[in-house]
Amino acid sequence: MSAMPSMPSSAGSNTTATTTISTVGPPSRRNTELALLAFAVILPCFAYANVGLALNGEMPSGMLGYGLGLGLLGGVGHLVVRKFAKYADPLLLPLATLLNGLGLVMIWRLDQSERLARLAKAQGFVFQPSAPNQLMFSALGIALFVAVVIFLKDHRILQRYTYISMVVALVLLISPVFFPGKFGAKIWIVIPGLGSIQPGEFAKIILAIFFAGYLMVKRDALALASRRFMGLYLPRGRDLGPILAVWALSLVVLIFETDLGSSLLFFGMFVVMLYVATERTSWIVFGLLMSAGGAAVVGSVEPHVKVRVMAWLHPFAVYDNPRPSWATTEQIAQAMFAFGSGGVFGTGWGQGASDLIQFAANSDFIFASYGEELGLAGAMAILLIYGLIVERGMRTALAARDPFGKLLATGLAAAFGIQVFVVAGGVMGLIPLTGMTMPFLAQGGSSVIANWALIAILIKISDTARRPAPAPAPSTDAEMTQVVRP
Amino acid sequence: MSELTLTVMRLGFLAVLWLFVIVAVQVIRSDLFGTRVTQRGSRRGGPERQPQRAQAQTAPPQQRQQQAAGGRRADRRADRGRRGAPTKLVVSEGSLTGTTVALQGQTISLGRAHDSTIVLDDDYASSRHARIYPDRDGQWIVEDLGSTNGTYLDRTRLTTPTPIPLGAPIRIGKTVIELRK
Repeated sequence: MSAMPSMPSSAGSNTTATTTISTVGPPSRRNTELALLAFAVILPCFAYANVGLALNGEMPSGMLGYGLGLGLLGGVGHLVVRKFAKYADPLLLPLATLLNGLGLVMIWRLDQSERLARLAKAQGFVFQPSAPNQLMFSALGIALFVAVVIFLKDHRILQRYTYISMVVALVLLISPVFFPGKFGAKIWIVIPGLGSIQPGEFAKIILAIFFAGYLMVKRDALALASRRFMGLYLPRGRDLGPILAVWALSLVVLIFETDLGSSLLFFGMFVVMLYVATERTSWIVFGLLMSAGGAAVVGSVEPHVKVRVMAWLHPFAVYDNPRPSWATTEQIAQAMFAFGSGGVFGTGWGQGASDLIQFAANSDFIFASYGEELGLAGAMAILLIYGLIVERGMRTALAARDPFGKLLATGLAAAFGIQVFVVAGGVMGLIPLTGMTMPFLAQGGSSVIANWALIAILIKISDTARRPAPAPAPSTDAEMTQVVRP
Repeated sequence: MSELTLTVMRLGFLAVLWLFVIVAVQVIRSDLFGTRVTQRGSRRGGPERQPQRAQAQTAPPQQRQQQAAGGRRADRRADRGRRGAPTKLVVSEGSLTGTTVALQGQTISLGRAHDSTIVLDDDYASSRHARIYPDRDGQWIVEDLGSTNGTYLDRTRLTTPTPIPLGAPIRIGKTVIELRK
């Protein structure tokens, strides 16, 4: 720019009808994030006060500690993002914090339930409040979030571990087979003295890394080497290998661990990523056909899954006289009653009777508890918040510049979305109930920790994606203009 | 606790929850629409739609005036089809010889800068050498933008914006352009 001070390109008007889109204002939106985060901490505090007032007629005693705890967790997350992922998406952290906070409130509220305490006593074990544990797990989750944001310098590093992550994910998925099952599903690894972890939650993230790394390399072969048949692109036989392998894996998980949710999640995530990588609709058709076929066969053969399907088709059979032999729990029926008695605006915090769902009211069925106490309006808002997280993940994928980041963000967002769908759909009776947890809301350490890690990876990818491009290399314009010497 | 208080709190919580969702969506909205759409090309109502805020931040005042004027000109262009007005700009000498640009009321910038309308591959041209634009009456004006080697209309070096007669050679470095019907 020798002759004139530099002008933005918007000033130059060319005859070519092109459009340049650039962002206005500073691309780092950390202050927006901070404001939303404050909002996201105040909301659960409001809910907490509301529960206390409704149950005991006074402000709950732990209010200050609880609010400070949640605020501290969110604040630490924010400061780390501000320092190490300056350009990250401003919504992911507040949305996750809000869900985590609301989950804590509901778990605490169910801890206060006398009915659950009586039930525990009747069944012969001591009733333990879950909220302190959940708060500790949230802190661990934030710690993992912080660790990922700080130590994962670039998400592309994960690409190096494509096949290692495949092995790790397989080990994580298979290992629960060797441990005793709980509540009819073998999805836990029990560490004596420490408790149990649910490896499927972590396998979700690690599998997404494997799929992203694998598909990035293989997508051309999968997309281009295909024949056209009846409007569909049929892939070559040998390219069907990976999808068949994942399908088989998900069936193995389904049969040996009787975990319908995880198998749906993994297979669905793979099909979504395959579709995004190859742009071939045929993969979705294949995926739907294969999952439908697999589910039909397993649902009619495997007794545990069969019970789930029957309970889904006839949720109120448990009240029939005589009671069918497969109808063992009234949880699904009670969940539907909870949604029904919630109505449009709900019963209000602390005034529902969702503890009738018994011990699962704060884990698998927590969404029904929200449906009762916050009503349709609150449940929709919560689903929208989940939707916003998925949307931000997809948006991150759109903005990412490298194919691995695109696929990884898509996979993580899809996994998150599918998990919400599987759980909420199961609780609401849309699909058979599966043993999965509502991300961030439900009580369960593995779930909270793994989902915070998922959010951290999305934040890192979005930081790379939204970071302003480095200044272009000096072009020929920058050369000095030669001066005519008469 | 009275029933009324609890009802108010219940509805209040839902309202605040939805407020959060709406605020979050607004943040996304500003992510989507907080962009500067730079219409580069024919001025068919383009510049007016650009966010003025963005313009104010980036474009120098002179440019802004010119763009506002461009909008007015665009409105008037329909009734401006008067006789004798040039319709195209032709490069008659230099490395771009033979290039023509249709004159549609837009400002044409000349220079070595890659975003110029006519990018001059000419060692003796400056990055932003000159511009050619119609004034209010549709008369085409050439203005030197403070170039190193100057812009010549016929043999005279330009010091002020000057109307261009039809067919008069404008010399920039080794490049010569003229307006034709």
